Amino acid sequence: MSIQAKQDEIIAEFSSFNSPVDRYDHIIKIAKELPIIEKQYKNEDCLIKGCQSKVWLHSEFNNNIVAFTADSDTVITKGIIALLIRVLSGHTPKEIFESDLYFIDKIGMNKLFSPIRNNGLLEMVKQIKLYSKQYMG
Amino acid sequence: MLNIKKIRRDFPILKRKIYGHPLVYFDNAATTQKPQKVIDTINKFYIYSNSNIHRGAHYMSDEATISYEKVRASVKSFINSKHLEEIIFTKGTTDSINLVASSFGRLIISEGDEIIITIMEHHSNIVPWQMICEEKKAKLLTIPINDKGGMLFDEFEKLLSIKTKFIAITHVSNTLGTINPIKKIINKAHLFNVPVLIDGAQAVAHTKIDVQDLDCDFYVFSAHKMYASTGVGILYGKEKWLNEMPPYQGGGSMIKSVNINKSIYSELPHKFEAGTPNIAGIMSIDPAILYMEDVGLHEIEDYEHQLLEYATQEIMKIKGVSIIGIMDDKTSILSFIVDGKHPSDIGIILDKLGVAVRTGHHCTEPLMRCLNISGTVRASFAFYNTFQEVDIFINAVKLAIKMLN
Repeated sequence: MSIQAKQDEIIAEFSSFNSPVDRYDHIIKIAKELPIIEKQYKNEDCLIKGCQSKVWLHSEFNNNIVAFTADSDTVITKGIIALLIRVLSGHTPKEIFESDLYFIDKIGMNKLFSPIRNNGLLEMVKQIKLYSKQYMG
Repeated sequence: MLNIKKIRRDFPILKRKIYGHPLVYFDNAATTQKPQKVIDTINKFYIYSNSNIHRGAHYMSDEATISYEKVRASVKSFINSKHLEEIIFTKGTTDSINLVASSFGRLIISEGDEIIITIMEHHSNIVPWQMICEEKKAKLLTIPINDKGGMLFDEFEKLLSIKTKFIAITHVSNTLGTINPIKKIINKAHLFNVPVLIDGAQAVAHTKIDVQDLDCDFYVFSAHKMYASTGVGILYGKEKWLNEMPPYQGGGSMIKSVNINKSIYSELPHKFEAGTPNIAGIMSIDPAILYMEDVGLHEIEDYEHQLLEYATQEIMKIKGVSIIGIMDDKTSILSFIVDGKHPSDIGIILDKLGVAVRTGHHCTEPLMRCLNISGTVRASFAFYNTFQEVDIFINAVKLAIKMLN
């Protein structure tokens, strides 16, 4: 599935929730799908700076495809990073780097967050794109 | 008995809805909401009488100066200071502490001296003292707490010595709600001739303060935590100390005359009030004090205590909840953690249900480390809160836990 198709799928998924609480409930459920980072990578190097909660992100590059794993100390952040990984994992570095992540606005994720958390979200996206850029060579 | 219905009508913000839910404002330890009379005072100043104080040669300036100085008199009687000149207007608690650390600290601290604080201090009552200790090669000592969140008086007595030059202690812990035995501390410190600063940020809106009875050397607090404007606060200092202290900041208002080689400073209290202050903000303190006194500080204390007791009793029924700070002597602060749940996850869900609390370390990182936790969820009550709101909050906590399970 393309990055676009995956985003559209998420938008459709979230459109059925009316209240912010329901949307958060869904994010919490998605947190369970997060591909968890291996223990050895859960270190200072993989910690994303600028997030209110702790987020560790690791990437692997095989056959021109990037795969991400992550973890966080808070469930809601886990859900958010899980959403990002669902959209972006399994694609080429170029596809990831050039992706336009319109689903963030469309599901109202930015409006659900405080400005501080929004910065954290942007930092996660930035880090994902940075990893991909390294693999583009 | 408080007329809560009437009181709630006086605070317009309480009518707000958040994500479609009626606002339940339980973040009063961060800042309190403002009654209409406070808002009106600020508005009226800008609509009707805006002008600078202490220097004008015109009607409105004189009028503003009189109103501004009237606030000083109100604060004097509110905390029962002996002299009007002992009330200094500042930008807030943090500014007041920095003023004392910078001016008084530099005057009395030398190499090898010691300053005592508690482990439960807010960062603003730690960092200014760290800075002066670093500068003077002095030592900062901390009084530990027991597992209920109360300071260990015996340990304090052990720390006191001829090296002790200053003590800075919070009246009430912003994280635990603990009311410290400040009168006992002050008495003991004075036996060693050590002056004491009390950080009253979390106390002034919840209990009656009498600085003469306490005999504290400095007492500091913020206006915004007592139903008035943000950005202004009070430094009370004993006249003898304030007279000895050099000015903190230079500028207009704090001088009698300026010669390019030497300036003559103003007398108290203006010596410490350089530049044009937040006039409207300071004026808002007067109606806030009147409002609290009208409701009655004892009545406020009683009612808030009932809210705390009820919330404590109800939250204890929820499985996995532990309250952080369980001293008998507490203000209306309820800090808690939930087994296996991050405070931030709980806070986000409460917010989406219209319940405003604070989560995190509450600017008390050393205390968090001492308790071996990363943060808490903190609900803090004011006299405009209701038992019904406590029920909403308790149900919201239950739902959050259920969602996170």
